[in-house]
Amino acid sequence: MGTRISEHPILGVPQKGKLVSFSCDGQTLQGYEGEPVAVALRAAGVMVHRYTAKRHTPRGIFCAIGRCTDCVMVVDGVPNVRTCMTPLREGMKVQTQYGVSPVPFDQQGARPGSKTASEGGAR
Amino acid sequence: MKRYDLIVVGAGPAGMSAAIEAAKHGVHVVVFDENARPGGQLFKQIHKFFGSKEHRAKIRGFVIGQELLDEADKLGVDVRLNSTVIGLYQDKEVVVQRNGEVEHYKGDSIVVATGAAENMVTFEGWTLPGVIGAGAAQTMMNLHGVRPGERVLMLGTGNVGLVVSYQLKQAGCDVVALGDAAPRVGGYGVHAAKVARTGVPFYLGHTIKRAEGTDHVTGAVIAQLDEHFQFIPGTEKHFDVDTICVAVGLSPMSQLFKMDGCKVVDDRKKGGQVPVVDDLGQTSIPGIFAAGDVSGIEEASSAMIEGRIAGLSAASFLGYIDKPELDEGVGSNEAALDGLRQGMFAPKNRGKKIENTEEGIPVSTSLLEHGFVADDEIERFPGVTHRQGIHPVIECTQNIPCNPCQDVCPKHCIKVGDHITALPQLEPDAQCIGCGLCVASCPGQAIFLLDETDVPGYADVSLPYEFLPLPTKGQRGVALGRDGKPVCEAEVVSVKRTKAFDHTAVVTMRVPADMAMRARFFKATDDVQAPAAPAAKA
Amino acid sequence: MKEIYDRTRDLGPFEPKPGDDQIVCRCEEVTQGEIRQAVHDGLFTIAEIRRYLRCGMGLCQGQTCARLVKGIVARELGVSPDELEPASSRAPMRPIEMSVFAKEGEDDE
Repeated sequence: MGTRISEHPILGVPQKGKLVSFSCDGQTLQGYEGEPVAVALRAAGVMVHRYTAKRHTPRGIFCAIGRCTDCVMVVDGVPNVRTCMTPLREGMKVQTQYGVSPVPFDQQGARPGSKTASEGGAR
Repeated sequence: MKRYDLIVVGAGPAGMSAAIEAAKHGVHVVVFDENARPGGQLFKQIHKFFGSKEHRAKIRGFVIGQELLDEADKLGVDVRLNSTVIGLYQDKEVVVQRNGEVEHYKGDSIVVATGAAENMVTFEGWTLPGVIGAGAAQTMMNLHGVRPGERVLMLGTGNVGLVVSYQLKQAGCDVVALGDAAPRVGGYGVHAAKVARTGVPFYLGHTIKRAEGTDHVTGAVIAQLDEHFQFIPGTEKHFDVDTICVAVGLSPMSQLFKMDGCKVVDDRKKGGQVPVVDDLGQTSIPGIFAAGDVSGIEEASSAMIEGRIAGLSAASFLGYIDKPELDEGVGSNEAALDGLRQGMFAPKNRGKKIENTEEGIPVSTSLLEHGFVADDEIERFPGVTHRQGIHPVIECTQNIPCNPCQDVCPKHCIKVGDHITALPQLEPDAQCIGCGLCVASCPGQAIFLLDETDVPGYADVSLPYEFLPLPTKGQRGVALGRDGKPVCEAEVVSVKRTKAFDHTAVVTMRVPADMAMRARFFKATDDVQAPAAPAAKA
Repeated sequence: MKEIYDRTRDLGPFEPKPGDDQIVCRCEEVTQGEIRQAVHDGLFTIAEIRRYLRCGMGLCQGQTCARLVKGIVARELGVSPDELEPASSRAPMRPIEMSVFAKEGEDDE
């Protein structure tokens, strides 16, 4: 679980934007404006960003620089948003992503997997 | 479609250097970068760089990054951020995603400086949240001020793994161990030594068996490997960690070259697929250049020089400079690049097992196998001598291109010589004044000051210290050896911080005289009362 | 055609190996075992494997797994990874919404 560094021996006190509120799965959290959503979540102790389409296994921050796309979540209703590249704004609505949906798998009903890719290609 | 003389892809050290050099010669240049901030990885590199003055040695990476941005700013280089180059097409057409649209640009020349991506290893549980790349750790703690976790296992002992382990400790994380499947430490010995002496164990010839946890990492198991890289049963070690950091090398991100039809080759010494380039950084397509990690994995110092060469080449290609001017500029940059590509860790020596230093001294096997030079090995290196009065002990044991110790001493006590990879030595008639500049400036933190004559029976050991909280004068604790294990009690007799030390404190601790050559780190023990050391002579 | 892509080569029977159930392509959740099996099914090139299993075709476009997949396929074929033709690179280099991809920006000057 990440925590914020209050003072760093080389970098001093981290320079941050203003403190803002946002929600994650309905829970109100705080972070600093302009920092990546993923960073605010880590500082708030949120580790799981999504559950995968096929195996329903948890994923979180992996590369933190927008390459691996593992940290994607549903942000303001839009799925597959790379939270490590998305600056935090006041009032943002962040949701855990299940497949490509904000709805947990057990509530997704009989609808087929959220994307064809989840069917696993040709095999 | 907007046209530019030069389009640079990537605002890291290579790209910015290319843009600056080209702009200096009047080239109309634009730089695109997908990130919100320019500078690439430089702003995450908070350690002092190796090299010599011309390579900006002993300056921290993020400071060099700021200097680059300031210089680009002064020259009016147009840097477009949050602008992702998503395609590179025929006739130098560049497609950029920006502000929710795609834009098309045409460059009369192009410098691709897209850098590298991290390699990965797979293991049971590697997709769990809490398993991260070393770059992710750097990004979170050094750019955004958030610790990636509290207790970390580091996989990989290349320079990235070593440097990031040290940075994790600086951020206040507990690094429980470093593991590497290779039998020897891959990165600079000095980077390993500064981690090892804080008490972090190294497990070479070990790799991770599994990450534990259901929703995120709660533990890790490593085990030893046999010569066929198979786990040896019964060698498992368990760690309670919330973070597993992977630092197993980098690969060039060369996809844009392939997309455009530039000739690419697989080159293991360069870290993977790289474009074929000539001495000027030009690819098989005239007017398209490569610079930095994308043309072969090295480090930021060489990336900046390659960038400057590419910038000059583009200026010449476009007709902004003539051949003599190009030759002159490229010549001096190539000499600087050559300086960096020397020594044990030079690209040409990658994968080679080196037994002796250039001086013919057997290298420290303990350093390679455990991350620290053993007590019975250290005396054979030329920087380690015994003198009357205060004097530096230079525990620099591998040939790397670096010489700030020579430049920084106001009394010219330390000599590396013209051959930049030579191991530093103390001049025979050195008149050390104990200023501590060498201690604070050595990028490898391998220099200590020793004074065995101040108080009878005791020795004062001065060491570089870059952690918080800083020890305070009079504080008691234990001295740790190079191996990170307690060797004796210690008392802090001085803590020096000056602007010239650049955030590296020089901590002087008093230890029993017979521990002078063993005590190399100070650890406060608030709860343990060590017997008082006698006060210094007035 | 390179010799390594000679389809008449006998790779021997598919033998399960430790780690076969481990994910290699994180985006499309493709395992080491699936990739190894695909080689035994006669898919020798990276391009074929990608189309067959979708590994490297997900959101990240193989940024993380390309090298791993190459290593597994090479080992299965008994060749060096350098000898395998890598997958072709195509735009877009990063995930992009179709609405953005289709929206041509105005010239800014």
